Amino acid sequence: MTTGTARTLSEKVWDRHVVSSAEGEPDLLFVDLHLVHEVTSPQAFDGLRLAGRTVRHPELTVATADHNVPTTGLDQPVADPVSAKQLEVLASNCAEFGITCYPMGNANQGIVHIIGPELGLTLPGMTVVCGDSHTSTHGAFGALAFGIGTSEVEHVLATQTIPQPRPSTMAVEVDGALPAGVTAKDVVLAIIGKIGTGGGIGYVIEYRGPAIRALSMEGRMTVCNMSIEAGARAGMIAPDDVTFSYVEGRPHAPTGARWEEALSDWRSLVTDDEANFDKTVRLDAASLSPHVTWGTNPSQVVAIGGSVPDPDEFADPAVREAAARALEYMGLSAGTPMHEIAVDTVFIGSCTNSRIEDLREAAGVLEGRHVHRGLRALVVPGSHRVKSQAESEGLDKVFVAAGFEWREPGCSMCLAMNPDKLSVGERCASTSNRNFEGRQGRGGRTHLVSPAVAAATAVVGRFAAPDELP
Amino acid sequence: MRPVQVVTGRAVPLDRSDVDTDQIIPSDWLKRVERTGFGAGLFSEWRDDRNFVLNAPEFAGATILVAGPNFSTGSSREHAVWALMDYGFEAVVAPRFGDIFRINSTKQGLLPVQVEPDLGRRLLDAVSADPSLELTIDVARGTIEAPAAGLAGTFPLDEFTRERLLNGWDDIGLTMRHEDDIATYEGTRSGWMPTSAVRR
Repeated sequence: MTTGTARTLSEKVWDRHVVSSAEGEPDLLFVDLHLVHEVTSPQAFDGLRLAGRTVRHPELTVATADHNVPTTGLDQPVADPVSAKQLEVLASNCAEFGITCYPMGNANQGIVHIIGPELGLTLPGMTVVCGDSHTSTHGAFGALAFGIGTSEVEHVLATQTIPQPRPSTMAVEVDGALPAGVTAKDVVLAIIGKIGTGGGIGYVIEYRGPAIRALSMEGRMTVCNMSIEAGARAGMIAPDDVTFSYVEGRPHAPTGARWEEALSDWRSLVTDDEANFDKTVRLDAASLSPHVTWGTNPSQVVAIGGSVPDPDEFADPAVREAAARALEYMGLSAGTPMHEIAVDTVFIGSCTNSRIEDLREAAGVLEGRHVHRGLRALVVPGSHRVKSQAESEGLDKVFVAAGFEWREPGCSMCLAMNPDKLSVGERCASTSNRNFEGRQGRGGRTHLVSPAVAAATAVVGRFAAPDELP
Repeated sequence: MRPVQVVTGRAVPLDRSDVDTDQIIPSDWLKRVERTGFGAGLFSEWRDDRNFVLNAPEFAGATILVAGPNFSTGSSREHAVWALMDYGFEAVVAPRFGDIFRINSTKQGLLPVQVEPDLGRRLLDAVSADPSLELTIDVARGTIEAPAAGLAGTFPLDEFTRERLLNGWDDIGLTMRHEDDIATYEGTRSGWMPTSAVRR
């Protein structure tokens, strides 16, 4: 907690959204943007109907279909009747309550955390919420953005506010410069490996330091996206010229005098020099290398040159037991070098890594190469806009020539709510965010990696970094 | 939400750390548009193993789940809370909870009882050793007790949430007491803030 007038970035954004504040109550915060998708909203709309309530600010609410949508055959009816119904219910709820909705096939449709930023709906200094834990992604713009449950979705729809206890503040300082071939994904995996899946609980993380400043907006979104995997509901990065040039000219971004007004405001969104964080974690970028998870939570991660750890190495009995159980589920033995582990499938996609830069990174590795024989490889762009951009750059042709399937946008195999799933025992190198048991399909084995490592792994058939390719 | 004052009952020991919400309710179940019927999906992949603790007859009918650290991290799915409640749980005890789950729980009246790691360990051991052990969780006092095992402790709950739980108050109703403040705030918002109206 900061004393005096000096404040951290998150405190500044928090303070400017306080609608009411009373002793013994959580602050009531105004919500500038409420993103909605098909999975966590139906029961919230039902709640509004039951209570006879309306949506207070439909114009501050934007919906899209992402979790359930198939990634092939968009001209066909959705085969799974339960998914089809959920998609229909989203459309009808949005129509009833006057909310803009981008359904399957719409040019603006995509993963909710991809479309907010690309449409310029996510801007610095805003509060953004969504019934999805990866809402932390939007913090890359210096927005205070966090995931909420369905009861809270209903609350925000009805009131455009959300009661929240003030979180603690954590600085994650990434000093130095990243070595070539080490990406934002490796940075955030290393951070989670360091602080654990619960280390960020109760905190808003601010990512700072030269290595963070050097990241593109896409990279910053990847880092903030996985804040929740360290337990932090929100992760933030102070906006700067990289942010402003990404935002300028996007469909919903301000223009003219409004742009100038916004810009001068946004430049104040930095942590004051005198401000204190409740906790600080430091990482040396120069020491990092590409990372791969070996277990069933994202903190179970090693450098790609490392090996599957021996559970007995862990002092904490709970960690040790979790490691042993993870190895059993993952079908791995302690001491096996990561480079020797063969994969069946490679998935490039998800709100963590399906932006244009991620696709460029993977395509750059795949150019002139081909996926390993028998390996299944798919790339699922985060949105129709990303897909179109990639196609205009010819990236789709690179992927297809390399043996990848080029799919339609959606959450896809990140959480296996659509037909893209792993089967029992199938091992996948995935650019997504969660390696939980069964996350990509019942019995499936997920290893989280960067797009570059995913591409190199697809070529070799075993975990590999691009600089190891022949 | 129904008021919750005291929960008394037997407990199930789920002696695992990092039980994420994907395990509590796998994503296949999230396609449903209803709020009820999720109990059948609770830990559904683990329950297929007949040795899983929830399948043990001696723990049938328990109303309290005692779990390891970092329970309910991961996804924001409130379905995890609905599934636990639909199955019959009224409280979950763990040394640490995922933030979103914890908030979701208190919106529905499922008690998230965060205990010191040492007490969490002792409760897991005591419940495993004696499935008939009765636990009592008192919301007003913020206490958890298992007298037969000689165990007792406290858990944190902010006063606002405590009052909400004790009285079963509707969150939206509480917020709308501040409607004037909301309207005042709305009048101060910056002109550059975006809306869903398409500008180009």
